Amino acid sequence: MSIMSYNGSAIIAMAGKDCVGIAADRRLGIQLKTVSTDFTKTFQMQPKLFVGLAGLATDVQTLHNLLEFRMSLFKLREERDMPPEVVNNLLSTLLYEKRFGPYFVEPIVAGLDEDNKPFLSCMDLIGSSVKANDFVVSGTCTGNMFGMCEALYRPDLNPDELFEALAQSLLSSVDRDAMSGWGGVVHIITKDGVMTKELKGRMD
Amino acid sequence: MGDSAYSFSLTTFSRTGKLLQIEYALNAVANGRTCLGICAVDGVVLATDKKLPSVLVDVKNVHKMEVVTPTSGVCYSGVGPDYRVLVKRARKSSQVYSRTYGQDEPVSQLVKSTAGVMQEYTQRGGVRPFGVSLLIAGLDCSSDAASSHVPALYQVDPSGAYFAWKATAIGKNYVSAKNFLEKRWTSDMELEDAIHTALLTLREGFEGEMTAHNIEVGIVRKGGKFEVLTPSQIQDYLDEAN
Repeated sequence: MSIMSYNGSAIIAMAGKDCVGIAADRRLGIQLKTVSTDFTKTFQMQPKLFVGLAGLATDVQTLHNLLEFRMSLFKLREERDMPPEVVNNLLSTLLYEKRFGPYFVEPIVAGLDEDNKPFLSCMDLIGSSVKANDFVVSGTCTGNMFGMCEALYRPDLNPDELFEALAQSLLSSVDRDAMSGWGGVVHIITKDGVMTKELKGRMD
Repeated sequence: MGDSAYSFSLTTFSRTGKLLQIEYALNAVANGRTCLGICAVDGVVLATDKKLPSVLVDVKNVHKMEVVTPTSGVCYSGVGPDYRVLVKRARKSSQVYSRTYGQDEPVSQLVKSTAGVMQEYTQRGGVRPFGVSLLIAGLDCSSDAASSHVPALYQVDPSGAYFAWKATAIGKNYVSAKNFLEKRWTSDMELEDAIHTALLTLREGFEGEMTAHNIEVGIVRKGGKFEVLTPSQIQDYLDEAN
């Protein structure tokens, strides 16, 4: 039993032309039992920034609260939004502070920077982060997700094409994983706002 | 500092509602060598008088202007040793910021934390206020495009009060220097003009002859780093001014 697959999760984020999308499954399980089908793993921290948290559910919620706390203080003190790169650095620092007793989450940061250029990054549970131009994945079926994304991704997709690519990648990946699935949600972020859609998939 | 015999605060209110220790600290500042700053549209300049008590002092090892973050620097009027303690604190806190956020600390945040330290020393037990006023110049982050860093100039007083200025002067002759700046400052001033104006203002109240070796000048350009000018760079500006 791995603690990272105790609750189950699948999160993908992709970059398009002047837009980013982030998609996640909705399952919360306790090992083999499914307990909830509307568990939130993607959080809108700012108008143009989402953070996706995959891993142990209690740490998903705790880390979300911790990040909310730090980002609110930043906004109050500095009178500006936190740029996505800084969110990435902050998360990395927060996770490494618990190097020998870590939070069991592997976060994804997806957003538009101050010039409305896409920003994507993902990191491991102790804060080692990596930036990407195309897509990032995290969760219990990363093998499946990498394969699907590699096949369906093209550069410079517009918001509608990005939605299709994200939705199909996620749905096909979670179908071969027992621990994730039971519904999905996709958020597409453009400079004009966020479009959120619920996905209809296999409820098993 | 932990001696319990001095655990009361030395800065206490007078009956008229003043903190006399802070007033006296401001007197120490007003007796210090002149320091001035000018904020232009594309950068900030700090200039200070570095006159030394004797010709035997090795001037190249005396630094009044110091870099704190890559994009901000500080100068002072008042008690030198107190200043060095503040510079050390400011450098450390800006490195902590950089370690956490991966970015240089914006100058407004640096000012707030330095001012916080100075205020602490007016309320904690067993310490006295810092005998310096600081001029901190640097680049702030605006909430618009990532590439726009806004030049800013701040003054921090011994009380911990801080003010943002378009141009200001502290130390000896600060009143006449500020009057001079009030007439010369314009909202569309560029950094090169600002440097010239700073040198002219400094020369106004200077005792004796002003040379490239008895003043210090620091500049930060939008998109650049804070740098203290070398004597030969200052000499070029002085030659242009003559």
